Parts: sequence; C-alpha cells; structure tokens
Amino acid sequence: MKKIEAFIRHEAFDEIRDKLAAMGLPSMSISEVKGSGRQGGYTESYRGAKTTIFMRPKLKLEIALDDSDVERAVDVILEHAHTGEPGDGKIFIIPLDDAVRVRTGERGDVVLAPHSDDAPA
Amino acid sequence: MRQRSLRLGAAAAAVLLLGIPALAAAAAGPSPTDVAVNSMWVVIAAILVLFMQAGFAMLEIGLSRMKNSGAVAGKIVINLAITFLMFWAIGFALGFGDGNDFVGSAGWFLGNADAAGDTNSLGLFDFGNALAAYNLPVEAVFFFQAVFCAVSLAIVFGTMLDRTKFIAYIIFGVVFTGVIYPIVAHWTWGGGWLFQQGFLDFAGSSIVHLQGALAAIAGTLLLGPRLGKFREGKPQPIPGHSIPLAILGVLILWVGWMGFNPGSFLGAVGYNFADVAINTNLAAAAGVIGATIGSLVMFKTLDVSQMGNGAIAGLVAITAPCAFVDPWAAVVIGFVVGILVPALVVLVDKLKIDDPIGCIPVHGVSGVLGTLAVGLFATRDRLDALNLSGSEAGIFYGGGGHQLWVQVYGVAATIAFTFTASFILFALIKYTVGLRVSEEDEMAGLDISEHGMYGYPEQFIEVPGAFPESARSDGSSLFAGSKTATSSQ
Repeated sequence: MKKIEAFIRHEAFDEIRDKLAAMGLPSMSISEVKGSGRQGGYTESYRGAKTTIFMRPKLKLEIALDDSDVERAVDVILEHAHTGEPGDGKIFIIPLDDAVRVRTGERGDVVLAPHSDDAPA
Repeated sequence: MRQRSLRLGAAAAAVLLLGIPALAAAAAGPSPTDVAVNSMWVVIAAILVLFMQAGFAMLEIGLSRMKNSGAVAGKIVINLAITFLMFWAIGFALGFGDGNDFVGSAGWFLGNADAAGDTNSLGLFDFGNALAAYNLPVEAVFFFQAVFCAVSLAIVFGTMLDRTKFIAYIIFGVVFTGVIYPIVAHWTWGGGWLFQQGFLDFAGSSIVHLQGALAAIAGTLLLGPRLGKFREGKPQPIPGHSIPLAILGVLILWVGWMGFNPGSFLGAVGYNFADVAINTNLAAAAGVIGATIGSLVMFKTLDVSQMGNGAIAGLVAITAPCAFVDPWAAVVIGFVVGILVPALVVLVDKLKIDDPIGCIPVHGVSGVLGTLAVGLFATRDRLDALNLSGSEAGIFYGGGGHQLWVQVYGVAATIAFTFTASFILFALIKYTVGLRVSEEDEMAGLDISEHGMYGYPEQFIEVPGAFPESARSDGSSLFAGSKTATSSQ
C-alpha cells in the first residue's frame, strides 16, 4: 500500500481525475495549499505599494492505492501535470501501514481496490 | 417669534451666497408653483445626497479587509443617525440661523414649535437671514444641509478604518456634526465673515470635503497606522477585500453628486442646474482619465481603486467651482486633480500616514485645489447671473488675483479651525475613552471584537447549514441538486 502526494497546478486536476477515474481509481482527496519552489514569487501592486508573494497556490492531490496501481497513477499525473515550466510541482510516494474503511470496518488491500466511478442511480 | 435682532447689514442680506436677488424676490413674493417646483428639486437632490452614504459605505467596505466589513457598515449607519439628530438639535441653528459673523444662534430644533406658526403661508424659511430669500420651506433647506453634513462626517473616518473604537465614532460624530461643521458652514453659507469677503464655495469643496479630510488627518495622526502597514519603514500593501464593491461605491457617489452640486442652487426656478450637472460629470470623467494615466506612468499598472479615486477627486474639486466656471475649465480641473492622485497616495505613504481609501488626496488636496480653482476660472458672466457682485472673476478671465487671494485665506481659515478643533477633540477621546482598539482586537478584526458578529461569517466560523451536505449512500439527498455534484462509493 502506498500513498501518492502530488503537488500540482490547479488547471491539471480535471484531466487527471477523469483519467484516474476511468482506470478505476476515483478515490482521492485534494486540498488547496500554498508553497514555494523553483517557480519564484510574483509582485502584487496595490495603490502604489508593492510586495512580492513567494507562496503560490497549488493543489495537493492525495491518493492511497495498492502497490500494483502506483506506477500507472504516477504516469497519469506526469502526463497531465507536465508543462515543462518551473512550477509543475512534485510527486511523493509514501508507504502505508494499513487502511480502514469507516463504513464497514474492512481493513487492508480490499479498501484500496480499484472500483467503478458510477454515480448511484 | 422671529429672530431679527441680530440680522446682518442690509447689503449682506441682499447679496445672497448662491441665489437670486433677495429684495426683489421678497417684494414680488414667490408663487406657490415656484415654491413647489423648488421644493421638488431640492428634496430630490437631498435624497440623492442621502444615497451617497451607501456610496461611502461600499467604497470603504470594499477597500477594508473582510474581518472589518461589518464594523465599517455599522460606522456609516450610526454616523448618519447622529448627524440627523445633532443637526436638527443644534447644528442647523449654529450653521444657518441668524447670529453673528462667526456662528448662528437661531432655529434650535428647527425653530421648535414656532416653525408652523411663525412662517408665512408657504412655509418659507425665515429664521436664517442668509437663506431666508430662497423660495423654499425651512424643512427642505434643513434636509439638504443635513445630508451635506452627513457626507462630511462620512469622509472623516475613511483614514481611520480597521482600528478605531466604535465609541470614538460616536463622540466625534456628535461634536463634529453639532458644532465644528456648522461653524465653518456658517462662515460662508450662513452669511458669515467669509461670505462677506466674497469667498466662493458653491457646493462645498472646502466646507464639506476639506473639513472631512482635515478631521481625518487629525484623527489618523493620533491613531497611527494599521498593524503591518509599515514594515521596516516601507509601506506594505493591505489590499481591500472587494474592488467591485469599492467601484460600486464610487459610482453611487458619482450619481449622488448629481444632487450634491446641481441641488446647491437651493432652488430650480430660474437656475440652469443641468449646466452644473454637466460640469460635474465632465470633471469626474477627466478625473478618471487623469488617475488612470497617473497610475500607468507611476506604477506601470492600471490600479482600479485609484481609477475610482480619480473620479471622486474630480467630483470633489469641481464642487466649489461648478456653477462659476465653463465646461472646459471643469475638464482641466478634474484632469489635474485626477493625475495627481497616484503621486499623492505615494506621498501619503512616504509620510507614514495610513490612509486606506485615499481620503487625504481625494477629499483634502482636491478640496483645496478645487476651492482655489474658483480664483482661476470663475467667469464674470456666471457670477453676475448669480448676483455675486461681491466676488471677482478668476485670473484667466481678467479678474486679477483678488478672488484667488480670497479663496486662499478662506481655505487657510478652514484648515486652521477644523484641523485644530478636530485634533483637540480626537486627543480628548484618545486620552479618555481611547481611540484605538487593542492589538489583539485589531488582529481579530473589529467585526468580532467590537460587534460580536462577522460581516461575512462563513469566511471565519462554522455556520449551521452554510454549506451543502453530501449525498447519502442510497442516493437520496437532503438538497435537490447535490446528487449531481457528489457520488458515493
């Protein structure tokens, strides 16, 4: 079991989610984060006073999945988050000890198994 | 019980500040139709000026931070309430009642019970010498002057947003609208000493706007800048939370000014008030263009808040000369004060004065320049049309420098009196009840620390039902529409 933590551009998210959902991996969380890196800051000018903002908004994408799904998920993120410019983000892959489904109490690989993204009837 | 004892000299009474020949009109007597038409226009103009409170509210709220939005709204509404009550009780009498050259002393509580019995059958204004010849009921004059006073007070706290105690608004408002503003208004509009010198301020560049800005400067000097405004001596941007709201405020003020200036004839019959409306719009437009160019040159950006400031600067500057100058002069006046706005905003920052909405450049400097512009651009024809034989044409119209000199000392007197009085009053507030909230309260925001409620609660706290619930696993949902937005499993 692994967890992918990917820091990506906002505009890349929709395509990544669509692709991952299509391959049975719709379970994920996102959060708005701010960070700095090689992209550098930008200057905000308000009524003649200027300041440089170093922390830029990014999206943090978190996906827990089975070891066998990690590479194809990373490929999807790489394909759609990549522009070649500084600021595309980073992907971290972290080992997980266990997973628990709150609704049923199930534990282990079954919790992270690929599943369909069909909306309920 | 007519207050005739302290009447001014006959000459001063005959030459009215803004209006028609007093003696001639009094002899002929106005027709009921004249009075009705005059009242109609002046009351509508007063309603437009009253609406300017919404403009100040939106402008100030837009340029302050979210955590203080409700406090700014509360400040506007309490100050408007104070203005009406104080101006009714004493302000109107001090400003527009009969008295001496410095202050009026008749018409407390609008002439009290005498109002109905004392006035003639048309209900005309008769305890204020300077305004008595206007063919207008006293109530219309009061309404119009009261909302002007409210505008002046609204300007005061523009520099003081985000850190001032609510009690300071109340105490200052009571004294400013009850005493300080009326005294200066009396000097010119009440037939006082400045008027007798020939000083011209048609609708209040100095009386309304400069006075507000002077009190604002006095207050902010005693108050200090917002936390975080200056870091290691350098001004930091503290962006307002809503530029759209700020510009809505600017546009409401612009609309309100169509009552502010054209209504200042205090009548409709015999006045070309549409001409004043044109001058006012031209100056506002030129102010926007000036500020936009100024922002582009100085900052290499199109600062929207300063474009809005440019409109107000043009409107403030044209307020004194609007009935005395030709349209081309209105454009010049508006453009000059507009293009100065960005440079003045930077200068105010350099002086370590924190002015979140640009009150000092827009109401202070533009108020001064607009009042002085009368001495440059006033035309003899327009002064004659208003029977202002005691005033001279401007330098560009062959009047020599006399009128400019009168304007200079009129402005100087206003600055000396209002700044001093406001500074003393704010100092008294500072060293008694306190002017500024604590550091913790300022960080938390005045909404929660002063009023116990947020202007935008969902931004800061959990509000029951504020956000839609997710669909349950059986697909049913508490809210229509949530089904398409969420999916289970």
